[in-house]
Amino acid sequence: MQNSNTPHLKHPGFDVEKVRADFPILSQAVNQHSLVYFDNGATAQKPNSVIDAISHYYQTTNSNVHRGAHYLSDKATQEFESARSCIQKFINAAHREEIIWTRGTTESINLVAQTWGRENISKDDEIIISTLEHHSNIVPWQLLCQQSGAQLKVIKVKKNGQLDFNHFKSLLSDKTKLVAIGHISNALGVINPVEEIIKLSHQYGALILIDGAQAMPHLILDVEKLDCDFYAFSGHKMFGPMGIGVLYGKQDLLNAMPPWQAGGEMIEKVSFEGTTFNQLPYKFEAGTPNVAGAIGLAAAADYLDSFDRDALADYENFLLDYATIALSKIEGLKIIGDNCEKASVISFNIEGCHSQDLGMMLDQQGIAVRTGHHCAMPLMDALEISGTVRASLCFYNTTNEIDRLCQGIEKAKSMLI
Amino acid sequence: MTASDDIVDTLSFFDSWEDRYRYMIDLGKEIPSMPDDLKTEERLVPGCQSQVWIDYTIKNNKFIFQVDSDALIVKGLLAIVMAAYQKKNADEILAFNIQDYFEKLDLIKHLSPTRGNGLKAMVEKIKAIARIKE
Repeated sequence: MQNSNTPHLKHPGFDVEKVRADFPILSQAVNQHSLVYFDNGATAQKPNSVIDAISHYYQTTNSNVHRGAHYLSDKATQEFESARSCIQKFINAAHREEIIWTRGTTESINLVAQTWGRENISKDDEIIISTLEHHSNIVPWQLLCQQSGAQLKVIKVKKNGQLDFNHFKSLLSDKTKLVAIGHISNALGVINPVEEIIKLSHQYGALILIDGAQAMPHLILDVEKLDCDFYAFSGHKMFGPMGIGVLYGKQDLLNAMPPWQAGGEMIEKVSFEGTTFNQLPYKFEAGTPNVAGAIGLAAAADYLDSFDRDALADYENFLLDYATIALSKIEGLKIIGDNCEKASVISFNIEGCHSQDLGMMLDQQGIAVRTGHHCAMPLMDALEISGTVRASLCFYNTTNEIDRLCQGIEKAKSMLI
Repeated sequence: MTASDDIVDTLSFFDSWEDRYRYMIDLGKEIPSMPDDLKTEERLVPGCQSQVWIDYTIKNNKFIFQVDSDALIVKGLLAIVMAAYQKKNADEILAFNIQDYFEKLDLIKHLSPTRGNGLKAMVEKIKAIARIKE
């Protein structure tokens, strides 16, 4: 059924039904309605190729890695390390040792804070973050500042959700040791001008860490071209499994950093007189790693690479425009984060309706959205709102689903107001 | 018939989610709003998404609760909780099987600790109050 508000935009001719067939979860019914999954910012669904890669690993290869004592261990090690090389190519890193497996973005950021940070940050130093950040790119730096006595400086955000770039420039000084910034805001979908931020930060001699959790499913990443010092991301938001993520770091920096978690794998020689540590990347990978996770993440990267990524981006931009126009026609609906460069994420509020009430009523209609503060409480405070409804779209979503969202909102409104 | 039995009876009568939610919202609207000056940090029940406040007095050993939420459906859920606990003494509150009640209402998912609507925290808070005053 077409919504009477349907905007007229040129469809880029992307065969979405063919893509949807790769994602088995999307064809199910929720609360007696066919599922509309608009919570991709929280986690993306997995294509068959990822599910099969994990299943195949456990059916044919499962063994502990880097032990080399038998056939399966060799095979698992080979697949695990080729997954690392796959991710290295996927983000265009110079060396495979620059890819550190972690549990996800959060662990990647904490790793930098607790190794590089504890070694290099002291009392008179400053770390710059922004108001847009997810809590996981705030709290690790707050802890580091508490431990070291350093100062945390926060870039202000404009009312439309854009970073106040002039304020950023005014915060930079020779005291700035690190700038940690999200590539794309999880709450609003705003894309930050990271190229400029990186250039400026380096001019002041500061290192830069990019939280790429939200960017990986939408943008092509080239860390060499970006010239960032660290880049953190999660597997599950880019169609890979949960519990695996990556910290990219420049090799010289990673080499100079002390180890963090200690245990097996990360050591070279252990004795009670003293222990020496393994080389990169194993120095930062204590304990048995998430082998199936790494293999699944490589399968997700291969899946994305099987497309013309520009065509995916064009289709997502089309969905964003379609949704923006359609939602804007709903009386009382206000989009938070507008008139700026954005990924296919729309955060909004409706006058007189609590975001949680809207979310619960959309759920009853089979539509999955996220509601609340999106783990970005300082941003909500700065924008003077208690939360939003967030519809985060990706290339397997359709205009028909956006129409369903609009109809669902109208129904919820009629019951709430 | 008790207030809680009455709600179980009425909710089971509805077929559509729309009717169930409309009824819950109406139940919420029947609860008097808490004055803004009472909506303090101390009365706030830590929930994830919506704000839930609780205050109480004791009269003749019975608890008189005043509750509120900024979300309509959560306020309706609070009204359903109140039907079980309002004007009861500590023994009655602690003896009431809230799990069973929410099962019968087919609302048990809202009592899950992951729902983040403050309802579970609210029930725990009411029980904690009753335990202290027992």
